[in-house]
Amino acid sequence: MDTIETHYFDVLIIGAGGAGLRAAVEANAMGAKTAIVCKSLLGKAHTVMAEGGVAAALGNVWPEDNWKVHFRDTMRGGKMLNNWRMAQLHAQEAPDRVMELEDWGALFDRTSDGRILQRDFGGHRYARLAHVGDRTGLELLRTLQHRSVDQSVEVFMECKIFRLLQDDNGNVNGALGLWRENGKFVAFGAKSIVICSGGIGKIWKITSNSWESTADGQALALWTGADLIDMEFVQFHPTGMVWPPSARGILVTEGVRGDGGILKNKNQERFMFNYIPPFYAKETADTIEEGDQWYDNKKDFRRPPELLPRDEVARAINAEIKAGRGSPHGGVYLDICSRRSPEYIQRRLPSMYHQFKELADVDITKEPMEIGPTCHYVMGGIRVDAETTATSVPGLFAAGEAAGGMHGSNRLGGNSLSDLLVFGKRAGEYAVRYATDHSSDSKVSMSLINDHIKTALAPFERENGISPYELHHELQDTMQSLAGIIRTESELAEATEKLPVLKEKLQKVAVEGNRQFNPGWHMALDLESMLDIAACNVISALERKESRGGHTRNDYPQSDPDHFGKVNMVTNMGNDGAIGLRQEPLPEMPDELKVLFEEGK
Amino acid sequence: MTTLNTEPDAPVPVGIEANKVRGGPPRSEVLRKDKWWIQPLAIFTGLFAFIVYATWAALRNGHFYAGNVGRDYLSPFYSPCLTNSCTNNGYAWSDWSWWRLSPAIPILIFPLSFRLSCYYYRKSYYRSFWLSPPSCAVPDAGSTKAGGPRSKYSGETKFPLILQNIHRYTWYFAVIFAGILTFDAIAAFRFPNGIGMGLGTLIFVVNACLIWAYTLGCHSCRHLCGGGLRKFSASPSRHFVWKNFVSKLNEHHQLFAWLSLFWIAFADFYTWLVSTGAIHDPRFF
Amino acid sequence: MSDTPTQTSTGDTNSQKKVTLKIWRGDAGGGQFVDYTLDYLDGEVVLDVVHRVQSEQAPDLGVRWNCKAGKCGSCSSEINGKPSLMCMTRMSTLDIEKPITVSPMRTFPIIKDLVTDVSFNFEVAKKIPALRPKPREKDGTYRMAQIDIARGQEFRKCIECFLCQNVCHVIRDHEDNKAHFAGPRFLMRIAELEMHPLDTLDRRHYAFDVMGVGYCNITKCCTEVCPEHIHITDNAIIPLKERVVDARFDPVAWLGRTIMRKPKPMSSEEVAKVTPAARQNQT
Ligand SMILES: Cc1cc2nc3c(=O)[nH]c(=O)nc-3n(C[C@H](O)[C@H](O)[C@H](O)COP(=O)(O)OP(=O)(O)OC[C@H]3O[C@@H](n4cnc5c(N)ncnc54)[C@H](O)[C@@H]3O)c2cc1C
Ligand code: SF4
Ligand code: SF4
Ligand code: FES
Ligand code: FES
Repeated sequence: MDTIETHYFDVLIIGAGGAGLRAAVEANAMGAKTAIVCKSLLGKAHTVMAEGGVAAALGNVWPEDNWKVHFRDTMRGGKMLNNWRMAQLHAQEAPDRVMELEDWGALFDRTSDGRILQRDFGGHRYARLAHVGDRTGLELLRTLQHRSVDQSVEVFMECKIFRLLQDDNGNVNGALGLWRENGKFVAFGAKSIVICSGGIGKIWKITSNSWESTADGQALALWTGADLIDMEFVQFHPTGMVWPPSARGILVTEGVRGDGGILKNKNQERFMFNYIPPFYAKETADTIEEGDQWYDNKKDFRRPPELLPRDEVARAINAEIKAGRGSPHGGVYLDICSRRSPEYIQRRLPSMYHQFKELADVDITKEPMEIGPTCHYVMGGIRVDAETTATSVPGLFAAGEAAGGMHGSNRLGGNSLSDLLVFGKRAGEYAVRYATDHSSDSKVSMSLINDHIKTALAPFERENGISPYELHHELQDTMQSLAGIIRTESELAEATEKLPVLKEKLQKVAVEGNRQFNPGWHMALDLESMLDIAACNVISALERKESRGGHTRNDYPQSDPDHFGKVNMVTNMGNDGAIGLRQEPLPEMPDELKVLFEEGK
Repeated sequence: MTTLNTEPDAPVPVGIEANKVRGGPPRSEVLRKDKWWIQPLAIFTGLFAFIVYATWAALRNGHFYAGNVGRDYLSPFYSPCLTNSCTNNGYAWSDWSWWRLSPAIPILIFPLSFRLSCYYYRKSYYRSFWLSPPSCAVPDAGSTKAGGPRSKYSGETKFPLILQNIHRYTWYFAVIFAGILTFDAIAAFRFPNGIGMGLGTLIFVVNACLIWAYTLGCHSCRHLCGGGLRKFSASPSRHFVWKNFVSKLNEHHQLFAWLSLFWIAFADFYTWLVSTGAIHDPRFF
Repeated sequence: MSDTPTQTSTGDTNSQKKVTLKIWRGDAGGGQFVDYTLDYLDGEVVLDVVHRVQSEQAPDLGVRWNCKAGKCGSCSSEINGKPSLMCMTRMSTLDIEKPITVSPMRTFPIIKDLVTDVSFNFEVAKKIPALRPKPREKDGTYRMAQIDIARGQEFRKCIECFLCQNVCHVIRDHEDNKAHFAGPRFLMRIAELEMHPLDTLDRRHYAFDVMGVGYCNITKCCTEVCPEHIHITDNAIIPLKERVVDARFDPVAWLGRTIMRKPKPMSSEEVAKVTPAARQNQT
């Protein structure tokens, strides 16, 4: 093949989720020639599935709230492993980022005096989540979509970027994509590229993530030599559906607990009171009476343990199920029907009501839900500079779930949507600045492209090979059982041996049919990314010999503040294709912020 | 080459024949497996039956008033009383003795135009009479024939259907008529020897209620009473009426459209029965 | 139906209940229904079964999906001829004794199998004149009462599955109308903006002249198929039609405006200028 469809842009954004669209809106507003590429149709990105809300210290419900409290909550939620500067910028800028959405048509639920209403969520000291019922992500994504359409940002839909291109100096200068629709290839030249490709959840079997979350962005960055950070930290959301089997993993929003839902085991025991960790004991109710009073009087009472950060709740549920106190389908009960009126439930949680009614034939206003942990979010990701979102590769930027550092070892609910807005904007801005300062010409090398294309087409040549779906299932089974919510040395070691075997198998994958909209083929390509990123996860998890946030080691159940509490795991890929790991000390927080964490504050 | 670059103004074939334009299963084949034709058929039957009855009732020009048997019951088809033929209690609205045709004809123009341009009835006759579409995901009649007489469709953008847009004016008259029918219902309490109530009285009261329920649930009414506002908070009382009253009725507009339609015919029929002496109207008090 | 190709999952033929899916296979060049018979598992939705067909029998079967929870609007198709989301149609609600047909949306050109080219909708989206809000309050916020945004919030539940666009006979059965009819989803968007408490544009003439609200004959199929149960016709399109009447068909409203010296409704040309489509054409 000698000619290929080619487009040139100043800024190319990979991903049309909240982060990608916010970046595009910014880049376009600054006058750069901007394009977005995404794997599915515009408006379908994973962000639409976010439910609960977007965290921002607007102080509309609690005037006491401000960025410092939000910052403190975020750092504590991440068990102090967060990049402090990212957490600070995030807390400071989130309110403006949320409010500007209203310029573009967002309609958040209102307080009685007409401002944006905020709701409670786990780990947030004050009611802080701006929301629209339980479809906040949809509102956010649609608003940004409308804005970008209004700005005429160019969008390439159903196009998968599978390689980044670099010039001789290692600067990123383009990307290679594949039209899902017809299987043809397309090249993009760009002065700077922003990766906003979302998560990696499809590596695990039980997951709330969609088919798109195949770690592409993380892998693209890895392959160009960028550092990844904290890849061992994957959040298992405590409440996913467990039945019917086809719905397994689908998320049940934390809003259910925020609005009064409680967790019970099969003996009808409200077990969360048995799992309050010392770290949070001071701010958590220790009697049922006190917990129940909190919903109405948040000043004088402490919050119920159901609203502990997600890692704590997920571990507790996991322990209950393991101890044989689970529900018939292997979960526990999440009960709101006995606590709130049907009208209240339907008004506050309409899409949950809908989801259970239609998928499980369960009326949540009458029966408790059955739930269990599900893979939800990756805290780790591409290592970026806090101010500029630049990665360690020149010309390459990253934001959103694909970037790491902001959430430390565990993300608080609602902090992702605000992360997308804050760092999406920054990514757009600094990508434009980079593109302006570096007017390198972005010629893309045809021979390199041809090599990449050949590799991508290889599965068509093979006969009687392995099915990509089978290999994917094998990967998911491996990761679910060996690197799931609870980990141990021996299992992780087994996984490190198993993954290279699977990678070998990838070379034998064969696909049927032609190049037109062929999901089997797309899966084969996605597996490239997933296998490498799974390896990063396992290697980092093996190295971190402690339990912290989204990383729980059976063999090291305590956190280790003296060593592992002070380092990040950094993974990258050497020239030989092997994945290397090094520990790096956390950036030091300045004293004026440290004060916020002293006793009694 | 991007999927986004279709040209909206490019010439496109008219009519959707077979698989020429879009591919996929043949268009003439209806894939729905349920009995999708039952609803349009039932509505057709219902409306058709009413048309037949109404034609008879309107042309009957007699026995529309039961004054002859001591009951102040005036058929809604003939209300207000234009001729002096319902004067035994002395409340004819005018004396149209020069009018030779049935007085129902000038009267019925108003409710007829109201109902014909009603958003609900439009839906039902577009579906069950004009078959456009007969049911959801079932092709418009004639649309699968390219170049055929019904391959083009202009909806309510051209004469005569663009006239549907004056629905609110028919509503203004409908309010007057609802008032008149309310008057009739009150008048039905009048008996030669004072106040009383018969079965017919009850029928007329129900009739007036149903007419109001239908008329006030009208979409134009919903717009005029408050729905047309951008900002409800600036007019709390209109919002109250819109939300708690008109919108509530509007949700059941279809139901009231049918109930009131049936009941009008029934009230007329009952009046006819009583007036001809076919039955005796029982008196409650 | 003797010429219908058939595939059956190999393996155990025990008493397991079987179900047959008739799935449209093909592309722009033509196609046919293909029968796939496989085990029926409890609690499955149509999308699960289609996925099992994909992983067991037809790895190259084209189908769109993302969330599997009725939130993204990707998996639109026609199940037994009814426009539906595959992920929200439980098998137990269908008669599995008979074959179940799964076909692509009919209104849009087919790409492959169940995947259609929905770019029409993205083109229409470019014709929407965006929100033009009034200035913020002095404290830098917007104040909006919950009652003023409740209507808009209903419309913003839309997941853009385009099932309403697909079922609407105006374009489903009359391809030429695609040039001048926006379809229910986008008429609803215009209605949303016209009901937005902060907005300062007036899209009423535009709704008639460019978006083609007059083509809708309020037969309500859009409302019938909407998976979000939005009252598209009653709450969006009819109120929009009534607003259009105010602007161009009601002589009394006109007289009122003239006497009270109220501003004239904005002309479609004026409004069209601020749409992305117009700006794109300029450059
Ligand atoms: C069910 C659920 C509920 C959630 N609820 C909340 C909540 O209440 N509050 C909160 O703050 N967070 C929530 N989250 C988390 C949050 O929604 C996500 O982390 C966030 O949306 C990620 O956004 P993103 O922009 O980074 O990426 P995404 O929205 O995942 O978008 C990724 C984009 O990248 C594209 N892409 C990926 N790979 C490629 C490729 N190779 N080539 C081209 N394009 C590519 C995709 O097509 C897509 O457009 C929730 C998540 C889930 C799953
Ligand atoms: S009500 Fe109007 S917009 Fe909706 S499907 Fe019918 S004709 Fe189309
Ligand atoms: S209005 Fe309903 S049917 Fe139409 S696109 Fe939106 S969600 Fe789908
Ligand atoms: S809409 Fe039915 S009477 Fe006006
Ligand atoms: S897959 Fe998202 S709506 Fe069906």
